[in-house]
Amino acid sequence: MADILIYAEQMDGKFRRAAFEAVNKGKEIATALGGRAIALVVGSGIVDIAKTLGAYGADKVLTVDNPVLKDFTVSGHGKAVAEVAKKINPAVVMCAATATGKDLAPAVAALLNAGVAGDCTGVEVQDGKVSVVRPVFAGKTYESVQFKTDIAVISIRPNVFQVGSVEQSKEAPVEDAGVTVEAGDVKESVKEVVATSSGMVELTEADVIVSGGRGMKGSENFAIIEELAVTLNAAVGASRSAVDEGWRPHSDQVGQTGKTVSPQLYIACGISGAIQHLAGMRTSKCIVAVNKDPEAPIFQIADYGIVGDLFEIVPAMNEEIKKII
Amino acid sequence: MKSIVCVKRVPDTEAKIVIQGTGIEKSGFDYVLNPYDEYAIEQAVQVKEKEGGEVTVLSIGPKDTATQIRKALSVGVDKAVLLTSDINGLDSSATAEMLTNELKDMEFDIIFFGKQAVDGDNGSVGVQVAQKLGLPVVAKIVEFELNGKTATVTREIEGAKEVVEVTLPAVFTAEKGLNEPRYPKLPDIMKAKKKPLEQKEVAAVESKTTVVKMEYPPSRPAGRIVGKGVEAVSELVKLLKEEAKVV
Ligand SMILES: Cc1cc2nc3c(=O)[nH]c(=O)nc-3n(C[C@H](O)[C@H](O)[C@H](O)COP(=O)(O)OP(=O)(O)OC[C@H]3O[C@@H](n4cnc5c(N)ncnc54)[C@H](O)[C@@H]3O)c2cc1C
Ligand SMILES: Nc1ncnc2c1ncn2[C@@H]1O[C@H](COP(=O)(O)O)[C@@H](O)[C@H]1O
Repeated sequence: MADILIYAEQMDGKFRRAAFEAVNKGKEIATALGGRAIALVVGSGIVDIAKTLGAYGADKVLTVDNPVLKDFTVSGHGKAVAEVAKKINPAVVMCAATATGKDLAPAVAALLNAGVAGDCTGVEVQDGKVSVVRPVFAGKTYESVQFKTDIAVISIRPNVFQVGSVEQSKEAPVEDAGVTVEAGDVKESVKEVVATSSGMVELTEADVIVSGGRGMKGSENFAIIEELAVTLNAAVGASRSAVDEGWRPHSDQVGQTGKTVSPQLYIACGISGAIQHLAGMRTSKCIVAVNKDPEAPIFQIADYGIVGDLFEIVPAMNEEIKKII
Repeated sequence: MKSIVCVKRVPDTEAKIVIQGTGIEKSGFDYVLNPYDEYAIEQAVQVKEKEGGEVTVLSIGPKDTATQIRKALSVGVDKAVLLTSDINGLDSSATAEMLTNELKDMEFDIIFFGKQAVDGDNGSVGVQVAQKLGLPVVAKIVEFELNGKTATVTREIEGAKEVVEVTLPAVFTAEKGLNEPRYPKLPDIMKAKKKPLEQKEVAAVESKTTVVKMEYPPSRPAGRIVGKGVEAVSELVKLLKEEAKVV
């Protein structure tokens, strides 16, 4: 069969946008292969939200609704997805390369004895075969990968693929997948989930990111970055130097040993543009750099740059943008 | 408490990567321990310092990997096993299978991995090994605490932190922020030379994927400096609105 099985990630009954991107891309691949896009929702009390995936292109939605699967665990959700895949034998099992999807894909691949490719930025179908493109060496090169196994397991980088046109009224038929996962199958137990984003937009999902580096000179100065971020409904990022100085939490770090982001707009303030930083943000659609050093390497990758003192420029940008939005 | 840390040598993060065929040229840069594996090593050493026991490092790679393994031995690791093999073209599934074959015969309470090797950027081997061994796994942990046979760890997801509990034996993969890896001291570097490093050759397992093409990233259109100082701000915002259409 040439069906595509798409794990649609949800938390507390809400899908992530990246889940819609995955469903939409899954539908595109399914169409190219002449199969169906079958979305899969795993969790507890998720049957009601399942049908809404029709709007994003799912031909059918399967559910594994079970209290022991309320929280994501590698063993629990991994088993659920693998069991469903064994039943419907899809050509591709896919998910978004979110924190969760990045853990799920290798687990499912191992359980299915299938090849896996993570964090893909391209998926193609040629002569009925699926191949993917993924950045390696921190994005210094891109590899194209083919699969030797009947099932290919892939995760796709959030914010790279479109959600597509949404047909709100289109509901997909929902069916219980009919697989059992027992409490004993779940080997990790989630004790607590603590929100950290405090109302701000999350980094990897943000359309706009304003980042600060060592040029910020102190944690208190990030206030000007935050103000601009609020105006743009953006997330705040940081270079490793800013994180290592203790000005920002580790979770804000963008780069090779931080988050990989792909926003529409990335504004780098007081960041020199070290290769390890570029690794995390070079796939941004539009890059703006503010730096007092005209030779800073960040200007080589930036679409637009301003040379000057960020302590003057960032607040001025905030005022100017407020005027137009 | 016995810990095993799986480590890989990777090109230095500064390395200029030059494509050769469907792979890369293997010279012209230094190799280092994968940065995330350093967090994994530090955690294992901290466990040993608190609970007693030992830390073993396990790696698959060419013979020269011994250099990077010596570094691990100089920051508190007790012994090492290097499975020498040609890792060119090994995918994450094959690597996981080869590591699993070895781990099956080893004694451990905990296996630590790095979150991801910064060459292939898969972030996949640790989770796959855990599945193959049927063990609990928490990936990308930023906090680790041990209470007898129970580990309480923290994993970060988009917009939240999860506190997860598992019973040992278990597998963890380390994210930056988990700890501050220590620097080796000179006497420790000397001592590391005498620590046991067992080398044995293993046959490569067949990969489940093939790299068919390697390319440089699409080049970005040349950018421009809009101007200097605050005077340039209004022009920049205009460009963002009208040309780039991102605000
Ligand atoms: C293994 C490894 C992994 C790494 N991973 C990462 C990673 O994930 N992410 C990351 O970011 N880095 C990473 N790094 C670190 C990286 O090499 C750089 O050291 C770091 O990115 C530099 O941060 P920065 O640009 O903020 O600081 P700097 O390089 O010090 O640059 C500060 C910039 O601010 C400018 N500036 C100063 N004052 C002002 C002002 N008033 N107005 C305007 N501009 C000003 C300066 O001109 C300068 O260009 C890694 C390094 C290694 C070895
Ligand atoms: N050749 C190898 N030898 C030992 N451990 C490895 C090897 N390759 C990967 N690993 C481990 O698996 C982690 C994740 O690697 P990867 O899935 O390739 O990104 C690394 O941080 C290491 O801990």
